Amino acid sequence: MEFFRNPSIDFLGKKWYFLAFSLVFSVAGVLSMLFWHGVPWGVDFRGGTLVYVKFSHTPDDIAIRASLDRVGLRNFKIQRYGQASNNELLIDLAVQETSEQALDRGKTQIINALETNAPAGKLDLNNASSFTIKNFLMEKDPLRLGTDADQKYTAQAQAIVNFRDKVQGGVFGSIDQLKGIVDPPVVAALSDGFFVSDFGVRNVEIVGPQVGGQLRKQAFLATVYSLAGMLVYLGFRFEWIYGIAAVVTVFHDTLITVGAFSLTKTDISLTVIAAILTLIGYSNNDTIVVFDRIRENIKLMRREKLSDIVNRSINQTLSRTILTAGLTFLTVLALYLFGGEVLHGFSLALVIGILIGTYSSIAIAAPILVAYQDWRLGRGRRAVAVPSKAK
Amino acid sequence: MNKNLTWKLALIVGILLAFLLGIFGIPKSFSKQGLLASMTDRIHLGLDLRGGTHLILQVQVNDAVNVDADNALETLKEQLRTKKINYAEITKPDPKNSPDRIVLKGVPPESRSDLLTIVQERLPEYEATPGPENSWVVSMKPQMLAELKNKAVTQAIETIRNRIDQLGVSEPVIQEHGLGQYQILVQLPGIDDPARVKDIMQSTAMLEIKQVLGGPYPSEQAALQDKGGVLPPDAILLPGHAAPGAETEGQAWYLVSRVSAVSGKDLRDAQPSRDQNGQPSVSFTLTGEGGQRFYNFTSAHINDSLGVVLDNKVQEVANIKDSIRDRGEISGGRMNEQQTKDLSMILRSGALPAGVKYLEERTVGPSLGADSIRAGVRAAIIGMVAVLVFMLVYYRGAGINADVALILNLIILLGFMGYFGAVLTLPGIAGVILTVGMGVDSNVLIFERIREELRNGKTPPSAVDQGFSHAWITIVDTHVTTIVSAAILFIFGTGPVRGFATTLTFGLLANLFTAVFVSRVIFDWILTRKQRGEALSI
Repeated sequence: MEFFRNPSIDFLGKKWYFLAFSLVFSVAGVLSMLFWHGVPWGVDFRGGTLVYVKFSHTPDDIAIRASLDRVGLRNFKIQRYGQASNNELLIDLAVQETSEQALDRGKTQIINALETNAPAGKLDLNNASSFTIKNFLMEKDPLRLGTDADQKYTAQAQAIVNFRDKVQGGVFGSIDQLKGIVDPPVVAALSDGFFVSDFGVRNVEIVGPQVGGQLRKQAFLATVYSLAGMLVYLGFRFEWIYGIAAVVTVFHDTLITVGAFSLTKTDISLTVIAAILTLIGYSNNDTIVVFDRIRENIKLMRREKLSDIVNRSINQTLSRTILTAGLTFLTVLALYLFGGEVLHGFSLALVIGILIGTYSSIAIAAPILVAYQDWRLGRGRRAVAVPSKAK
Repeated sequence: MNKNLTWKLALIVGILLAFLLGIFGIPKSFSKQGLLASMTDRIHLGLDLRGGTHLILQVQVNDAVNVDADNALETLKEQLRTKKINYAEITKPDPKNSPDRIVLKGVPPESRSDLLTIVQERLPEYEATPGPENSWVVSMKPQMLAELKNKAVTQAIETIRNRIDQLGVSEPVIQEHGLGQYQILVQLPGIDDPARVKDIMQSTAMLEIKQVLGGPYPSEQAALQDKGGVLPPDAILLPGHAAPGAETEGQAWYLVSRVSAVSGKDLRDAQPSRDQNGQPSVSFTLTGEGGQRFYNFTSAHINDSLGVVLDNKVQEVANIKDSIRDRGEISGGRMNEQQTKDLSMILRSGALPAGVKYLEERTVGPSLGADSIRAGVRAAIIGMVAVLVFMLVYYRGAGINADVALILNLIILLGFMGYFGAVLTLPGIAGVILTVGMGVDSNVLIFERIREELRNGKTPPSAVDQGFSHAWITIVDTHVTTIVSAAILFIFGTGPVRGFATTLTFGLLANLFTAVFVSRVIFDWILTRKQRGEALSI
């Protein structure tokens, strides 16, 4: 089976269509970043508190908003997280400016606000740690154990927590659900000291204002080093113009990807930056494959025009390019569809990145080479896209 | 040729076994549970897959500098007095931002050399620079200052590690973090109670015994009023508990001396016990040297009051009736038994040299961790199966070749992780998936080239040869650039991102081996079994 038997498409001839396509998406992205949604920095970069909460029933956004208001919280967003059937909400509280307050004050306020039906003096079984449960059981001692109490109650507390987290997904419905897990006197004792709220906290991320700035700087440095490394390596293996063409290509890819994040209002977290750096590597790979073939063909087809050589090279590598892109895209698509909510931003960056990265090697990198060559020839200088040493 | 081939095949099988060993070790049993258990023994799960707490703290190094400078100030004062050098004023003008700066005003010019001698002999880490109008600035030498700050961080790491050890956390990570910001990273897998851990870690347990100069006052203003609106320069106001039975319940303020008679590093032991009223308390013992100093202090201050200060809060005040050498007690009945146990443990593990501030906190609940593993593994299997099937359909016989290489790739990748003790994170699983996609690229490059050569009329052996040699350079180029990308990610990334960089790098290294060497051997083996002129299934 073979998709492309002997393609001979005039890619360079279509370069104005490609340019138009790229321009439309780049400009849309840039406009969105500047005027519409801005750049959606995740909590890693802007600081703040994210509390991921899972409810035992469909959560009532309006009631929750009111409870949070009541404890004095402002500047927060509530949004659905994952599929609707998960009953999960993400509460996003903006960063507290004063560094004098405890870092986790926002989190404690949110949890207090959500425990609306808390009977006085009782703890929430859905959000208690196994240590708290064990301490309680040690004091009450419902099984009338003597010296062996510590080990036995630690095991019981652990069993309760495991059942809640691994089987029930983090939220109990009621204490009665424990009837098969622990002994009946323990269940009775628990009912005395604990109640069951309607939510469980699945994940918390709190980033102080200081760290946000640090991480921004690190992400920026990592990107700059990547690009510089690329430029140097390509300049060394080919000619400088190849390196520059590759860098422009990668910049184009990054711009469109970040633009897409802005348009879809998807948060850019640390892992998203990792994905973007990876797709820089991937796009670079792709470009190198085409460049390698161009270099090989330049040696073989000395008398032909550069644009013909480039066209031929792209056609020759088309099969491989589309196949690899397709296969990698398959795997990344699997990640996007099945990989869960946590990797959502990461896999979105890769999905977009692979498509754009493949497209850009053909549509941006190659035309730049030819355009530069034509420009130099037009000014009467010699052709430089031809490598001077046989590498 | 045949013998070479046999050796190469044997090498491949050997490597396969070696890396299987890396994944599983010597498994206790070959059942599903047994294998899974052996695997999780060797390949550790990251915080985002296991659940746990991740904290970044900043050591407030200026606290440690302040303590040192306070002591230096006292030494300086004492020396100036004994050498009978006059001065108008000695202060620390800005303890918050320049904790090591001591300003001395009104020193007569003729005492200049005496002053310099004092600083040189008694305060060797400090230097004195003259200022305008007979004033001097005594500050720490820059190198000493940097050393003190770095030492504070190293000591903090040690202390925190001691405390965490006693909690029984498995595989905690406690290390310096970031560049030059005095930050510490603490990762505690499996901890579902960050509040208690933070309490235990954050408590500076700065235990100090200071002389109480005045109080208890019902408020800060009352204390100021009593002293005529301005605090004496060597005293500070600290909050504490009201004396039992006083009219004002709740918080009271005490005027205490800035410098301590005895501090945390003089502590030798602390144990939970019961006080005279039978309430839980903590009794502590001092070291020999600390005990001596305490003895001197108490002997010189009989009938004065001393206060036991914990974390800049006055825990209790006692009258000095007699000189005490090396024993003391913190009581007052405000702690329950667990709290006295925790506090003793904190005191025993050594005092934090400075306070810590939390900069970042992430808690992954175990339910989320379990979900993430499920989702990640599911996506990986689906992605991998899709690629395996496609290669079979598109390249027929050669597709089997690619699939074998891919599976071997995965085994080597996981084996690498087992041998290096690398941590598998959720992005790490994504890295495995990505490796599959990018790894198969090498095979595609080679196969496409072979197809092209066959189309141009070359014989199968020649086509295979040409295919591999032309594709080799490109494969090396692409792998090197991606590994460099991954290296940058590893340097600049934290936890989950590092896991991604690790699996990507290992996967690509493994791929260099399988795509080029293993595929070639399999092709050669197939070619030896073909008749002359028989077509290659590709």
